[in-house]
Amino acid sequence: MAITVKVMRRPTQETSYFVATLKGMLLTFSHLFRKKVTMQYPEEKATDDWALSSRWRGTHRMLTDEQGRAKCVACGLCPQICPANCIKLVPGEDEQGNRYPLIYEIDEFRCVFCGYCQEVCPEEAIHVGVHYENAEYERDRFVYDLERLCAQTHPVSTLWDPSDPKGE
Amino acid sequence: MIIATEVATRLAAAQAADGGAFPVAFFVIAFVKLFIVFNVIMVGVALITWLERRVCAWMQDRLGPNRVGPFGLLQPAADGLKNLLKEETYPATADRWLFVLAPMISFVPALLTFAVIPFASPLPTKWGEVSMVVADLPVGFLYILAISSLGVYGIVLAGWSSNNKYALLGGLRASAQMVSYEIAMGMSTVAVLLLMGNVTLSDVVARQQGSIVQWNVFPLTLAFFIFIVAAFAETNRVPFDLPEAEGELVAGYHSEYSSMKFSMFIIAEYLNMVTASALMATLFFGGWDIPFWARDNQAPWTWWLTALTAAMFFVKVFFFIFLYIWVRWTLPRFRYDQLMALGWKVMLPLALLYLTVVATAIWYLHDRLGWAYDSRFSLVMFGVNLALAVPLFLVLDRGRLVAGSVEEGRA
Repeated sequence: MAITVKVMRRPTQETSYFVATLKGMLLTFSHLFRKKVTMQYPEEKATDDWALSSRWRGTHRMLTDEQGRAKCVACGLCPQICPANCIKLVPGEDEQGNRYPLIYEIDEFRCVFCGYCQEVCPEEAIHVGVHYENAEYERDRFVYDLERLCAQTHPVSTLWDPSDPKGE
Repeated sequence: MIIATEVATRLAAAQAADGGAFPVAFFVIAFVKLFIVFNVIMVGVALITWLERRVCAWMQDRLGPNRVGPFGLLQPAADGLKNLLKEETYPATADRWLFVLAPMISFVPALLTFAVIPFASPLPTKWGEVSMVVADLPVGFLYILAISSLGVYGIVLAGWSSNNKYALLGGLRASAQMVSYEIAMGMSTVAVLLLMGNVTLSDVVARQQGSIVQWNVFPLTLAFFIFIVAAFAETNRVPFDLPEAEGELVAGYHSEYSSMKFSMFIIAEYLNMVTASALMATLFFGGWDIPFWARDNQAPWTWWLTALTAAMFFVKVFFFIFLYIWVRWTLPRFRYDQLMALGWKVMLPLALLYLTVVATAIWYLHDRLGWAYDSRFSLVMFGVNLALAVPLFLVLDRGRLVAGSVEEGRA
């Protein structure tokens, strides 16, 4: 049994391969001279019509107080809410009874960048960052410790606010 | 064999002129021409791969490779280096000997064809006038037909020796396609040879130099049309690139090839494009003839005339290469049955019919009316072509060229 191919029936007078070809070639030729949309990435990181959103959730940053200490009070809410279980927190306490993190590590490979840690933090200490250039030469370097989280300087995410959905 | 005979006759002639001394000048000049032409073409091919990617990008509103060197011009060098350093893989069940041979078989004929194409006016030197063609064979055109047919062996052998069903299908398609379109291509060029009365390419160029209407594209418009379609099919370019239709055949005949052997197929494809473009320029667009200027048609030859005509030839070839690229990034691929139907049911009968019309017209104008071949002759021929083109493009093309794959009532 021969295989038949379904053929669309078109009005014969309107179907011409040559006309269609010439039209198509004119179209592609006109595109030669149009404005290009390419963003030259390493030099250009934003263009007039595209920039990274302020709600972008990238690698974390720990904010610090005036003395340069992490704002974290080691309450344990962020490891509790973290759906990927990527935050390791060992709390400590000084002579005045102030809690502080002895160990605070985030495994950025396990992280799903949901931003719950930032939402839940009572001290506004841990934040997800507006940042995406994270390449490293070794796997171990993707576990960010407290010192490194404090040393990050990129802007932090504003997250999405349900009461102000358009960010006004 | 042809080359050997040619060399022998040249040697004999040169020896007679030199009084029996060894023709050193001939060998040196031939070697220099070979060296220059080979290098210009290989560098040109490298730049065409760059141009293809840039033009493709521009047509898609992108920028294309612009990082390596000024404007990305060194991108082909980076590509070549990458290909040289990549691992060479051999399929376990491949026919090792043919697998290695196939890229060379497709590469060498692609390079050989350019030998007989005249690319500039003769250059006067103190060793005599040097014709600007690597080998000015008296049977130049037949040589091109013979050598360009060899290229398909490389593709078929690559497909077969890979021992891979996709590669084999690609090779089969390539051979079927090339055999089909070679006939239409040959028929369309027979019309050229009838009008020129010669198969030597330098004579074909000389006959077109009278005025711009004597460029064969005017007296033989439809032959040019058939030739350009067949040339696209012969070089496996879109819309006829079925041998490497990635949607259905992975990468067709070169699926199993890696590193430089893969690269050689690509270089061969681009070489074939250059040769086809040069042929179109030579057979239909007056070769190195500069239009609207009579000075380039006769002696005394000078070096600047050689440079100007070479530039003109380059411009013409470049136009066709751009056309190749332009078409590639515009048209979708044909379906296989459409390709075969177009080749056998449209192109071949059209070429045959056209050949009879051209032969009759030439017989009538030349033998009955006794006209010499001049502008009047070619304008009358152009009129005949226009009369044929109107029914072809207005009636035949309407819904039939591509859709004609399934008979009425069966779909």
